[in-house]
Amino acid sequence: MAKVYLTTPITDAQVREIKAGDEVYITGTIYTARDAAHRRMVEELAAGKPLPIDAQGAVIYYVGPTPPKPGQVIGSAGPTTSYRMDKYTPDMLKQGVKAVIGKGYRGDEVKSGFVQYGAVYLVSTGGAGALLAKTIEAAEVVAYEDLGAEAVRRLTVKEFPTVCIHDATGGDQYFAGQSQWVKPDAMVKPKKPEAGE
Amino acid sequence: MREIHVDQVAETVARLVQEANFKLEDDVVGAINRAMNLEEAPVGQAILLQIQDNYTLAGTERVPMCQDTGVALVFLELGQEVHLTGGDLTDAINRGVAKGYTEGYLRMSMLNDPIKRVNTKNNTPAMVYIDVVPGDQLKVKVDCKGGGSENMSQLKMLPPSAGWEGAKRFIVEAVANAGPNACPPLIVGVGIGGNFDKSALLAKKSLLRHVGDPNPDPEWEAREQELLAEINKLGVGPMGLGGTVTALAVHVEVMGCHITALPVAVNIECHSHRHKEAVL
Ligand code: SF4
Repeated sequence: MAKVYLTTPITDAQVREIKAGDEVYITGTIYTARDAAHRRMVEELAAGKPLPIDAQGAVIYYVGPTPPKPGQVIGSAGPTTSYRMDKYTPDMLKQGVKAVIGKGYRGDEVKSGFVQYGAVYLVSTGGAGALLAKTIEAAEVVAYEDLGAEAVRRLTVKEFPTVCIHDATGGDQYFAGQSQWVKPDAMVKPKKPEAGE
Repeated sequence: MREIHVDQVAETVARLVQEANFKLEDDVVGAINRAMNLEEAPVGQAILLQIQDNYTLAGTERVPMCQDTGVALVFLELGQEVHLTGGDLTDAINRGVAKGYTEGYLRMSMLNDPIKRVNTKNNTPAMVYIDVVPGDQLKVKVDCKGGGSENMSQLKMLPPSAGWEGAKRFIVEAVANAGPNACPPLIVGVGIGGNFDKSALLAKKSLLRHVGDPNPDPEWEAREQELLAEINKLGVGPMGLGGTVTALAVHVEVMGCHITALPVAVNIECHSHRHKEAVL
């Protein structure tokens, strides 16, 4: 398992270098969006409008930060659970988004999307919002201000720490990591990724 | 008869929701320290270290340890000798929540309606639970409960023939299904018995116990240990990346029930278990 340092925007060649299980550190620009913002973006796309972000090679981070205290650029900013974005993720990948950051399991359609569109699913440590905020150097709302914590923000990050769960070849680190530690007599076994992915 | 003004309740709630979000209580810190020794996977240990660094930083800088500063659960143990003065108690609790979340720069995560979905911008409504108990004191317990773990909770009305084995399977499957979504290592709250709603309430209230304190009935304490062992066999590990510590503790609360019923509720709590209490 390698350490990969990436600077945004992310290219197809960079995506191919990332393998499930790698530690991936991101520097540059990432955009925040949760379900409410995703829903709007996908609706706007369907209505033929442009996205409020430059999706080519973009990284989207599923986060709704706390408000900054005076003197802070952003409040606590850890990942939210990703499955709530499953419905919208394939559409975002189709627009050129190359990496999404969240936490938790993804649906089968999203997993195939990472392979089909050449993108990766990264996770950061849920609940480590104060620590993760230390890697964020600037934050600015770029769309949907009315959504408050759920608005789309442009973040400038330095070596934001993540782990790759799904790579562009169908690798699945939740399955691989859990399979290594599950006991033979466990009542439930880790969920196998779909064949052919 | 002792008089307590509801404004005092509001002030207490406002203080507790902030403290709970900034500083992890000693029982949870102790459980995470123990997990450091029990976790065998290097990646699991690395995650636990991040979790420790995070709550230490949050406590020092007085910032929320997690960006989901939760729905405010407010549990009151109201002494029956207490006379509350100064207006509506529930209003006072909601005032306290609004004040605490605003002053503490906590995130406003509550909506007015589950379908209309408009943010109330002050994190109300609080979830209020009141028990009347003997005495002349008012105990206020606050739990700021994150959405990620709450969403992975489950309830099932099992047939009595399912017995302990069936209940155990349902509980372990609920935790496996939650996996990384609920931010493990988890505290698993279980309510068995009562009826549909009481089982859920028992599960929720079990989370108020200091982490790892056993059920007072030795038979149920043994079952808690059995569940913890089964859950930690799953291999889910910290943040689901694989490891030997999936849960920090399992708390089970039980109650008598109808001859036809075996209700089982599983309320899942993440490692950011933010609770705090005060006595008025
Ligand atoms: S599940 Fe808990 S630790 Fe994870 S993001 Fe939600 S509140 Fe934070």
